[in-house]
Amino acid sequence: MYIFIIRRILSIIPVLFGITVFIFLIMHVIPGDITSILLGTEATPELKEQLKEKLGLNLPLYQQYWNWLLGVLVGDFGESLRTGAPILPEILNRFTLTFELTIFASIIAWVIAIPLGIIAGIHRNTKTDIGLRIVSLMGVSVPNFALATLLILVLSLQFNYFTPVDYVGFFENPLKNMERLFLPALVLGTAMAGSIMRMTRSSILEVLRQDFVRTARAKGIKERAVIFRHAFRNAMIPILTVIGMQIGFLLGGTVIVEQIFSLPGLGQYVLTGITQRDIPVVQGSILFIAVMFVTINLIVDLLYGYLNPRISYK
Amino acid sequence: MKTENILEVTDLKTYFFRGKKIFKAVDGVSFHIEKGETLCIVGESGSGKSITSLSIMGLIPEPGGRIESGSITFDGKDLTSITKKEMMSIRGNDVSMIFQEPMTSLNPVLTIGFQVMEPLIEHRKWKKKNAKEKAIELLNMVGIARADEIFHSYPHQLSGGMRQRVMIAIAISCDPKLLIADEPTTALDVTIQAQILDLLRTIKDDIDSSILLITHDLGVVAEMASRVIVMYGGQIVEEATVEEIFDFPKHPYTKGLLGSVPKLEEERDRLIQIKGIVPSADKYPKGCRFAPRCKFARSECFDNEIMLRKVNSKHFVRCVLYDDPLVKIKEEKK
Repeated sequence: MYIFIIRRILSIIPVLFGITVFIFLIMHVIPGDITSILLGTEATPELKEQLKEKLGLNLPLYQQYWNWLLGVLVGDFGESLRTGAPILPEILNRFTLTFELTIFASIIAWVIAIPLGIIAGIHRNTKTDIGLRIVSLMGVSVPNFALATLLILVLSLQFNYFTPVDYVGFFENPLKNMERLFLPALVLGTAMAGSIMRMTRSSILEVLRQDFVRTARAKGIKERAVIFRHAFRNAMIPILTVIGMQIGFLLGGTVIVEQIFSLPGLGQYVLTGITQRDIPVVQGSILFIAVMFVTINLIVDLLYGYLNPRISYK
Repeated sequence: MKTENILEVTDLKTYFFRGKKIFKAVDGVSFHIEKGETLCIVGESGSGKSITSLSIMGLIPEPGGRIESGSITFDGKDLTSITKKEMMSIRGNDVSMIFQEPMTSLNPVLTIGFQVMEPLIEHRKWKKKNAKEKAIELLNMVGIARADEIFHSYPHQLSGGMRQRVMIAIAISCDPKLLIADEPTTALDVTIQAQILDLLRTIKDDIDSSILLITHDLGVVAEMASRVIVMYGGQIVEEATVEEIFDFPKHPYTKGLLGSVPKLEEERDRLIQIKGIVPSADKYPKGCRFAPRCKFARSECFDNEIMLRKVNSKHFVRCVLYDDPLVKIKEEKK
């Protein structure tokens, strides 16, 4: 088990290395540079050169990369070219919000999707099932920004409700924090719920066809026990894969929803970084997001082993 | 009647509805099982033998399938008219079932121990501790060595034969009065088959139950059965004691089945085969369902439905040949 975890972590290293190289190169291919943004269009070439030298941008590419990488390895993600503020604390600060939003949205999605998916699976091809399938299809296909805008408009125009603007941490004021995050979490949650529900339905259907479900029924146990004790745990495995992917994506920040609800999340930070050619910010954030993504995948893999005794990590 | 019947099935019709088509999987089957008896149902795939057993268990695949008419009287109760809840308390308790595929019939994510204990906890409301003791005893009973270790194992750690033993342990956990085994040895190696059949025989005497054994394997029939029912096209075509079936088969289909078993003492290049295939359950021929494949078929076979005829008090056959005194005499002269 521990060996498995260590092996998995080691195998992540080349992936992350690849990502750093890729991001670094992409950022240097994008036209436009930080100096014109910082100094304005009127800046003289000499001034630009000076600034480049100050920021270390005149060095050859491999050396710039190397300097950055050395810093990252000791936990120094560098400073924002634009504000001069250190990057890692900023990322962590914003990540708290994104993390919270992810958890909140996921819980909303599970609470809606898993029971409904099971119901749809059990009542396959009945009116209930068809109705639920339409609902889930809507969840998947209505774009986030549309639903978010709609919610804000309806709530503010019809019910005169405005979400609080300032963000407070969960531990400072949990109620206010949850009120602030409820709408964005709902928007993200419904989108997640659609695909989780479809997966739950098809997974349950698949499992209910299995011989061991017939065995369970032949034992004369209650139908509820057949579904939850025998079918659901087997059906969880593919559902978990979808959930893991979704959480991974959400942890990377949800640019649009954060923008609409003006939340200072990770997505917003990356977006600003990109538009302003703030290379260290983008590199650092994307590396951080990648680490989160692979961590979630590792957790999902470990959960597989818990759900399915046929998988062993020896 | 001398002995009591544990199960009486009367004119059972189990149909499947797919769109406008009606599949008559079981079409007017009547039989009984005496206490302590082993009855075998033999037939090809599609003859309705498995659906007959699932009908008794109340496990007909839904939606689409249902018992159209007939009655299944088990221990004095008609299983076709009781509530779902009552059926649940009988299933796995008084009637239990062993399936064909031991590899897939156990839940892969639950321990063997839990799966064996489950009926005890459900039907007898036993505490986990008592159920565990009994489960280990059951595992020992079905010939699993190191039962207390296996108790904590998962199905994938066991071989097919062991899994079938576990299935048997689950089936007998509540001392059922009737044990239904649907092709219990088909998926196993020949040596393991013999062991499992042996086990079923001993268990039957130990817990004093009756067995309904579904099989297509005449070797298994000879080994296990006291009486045999041959099914074809959702109907019983012959019913007799095991000795009569093997020594004096009457129905051309039964004869065909017996002819297709290789025998050591005979020299034969090719096995006899029954030409043609089993008719689909949505379009049976009008008369005798076997007539299109039968060497002895004559015009009357195709016209009217054929009824079961009595050969002697324990032998019945669904064939017009046995109304004809000439044929009868010829048979006897042989």
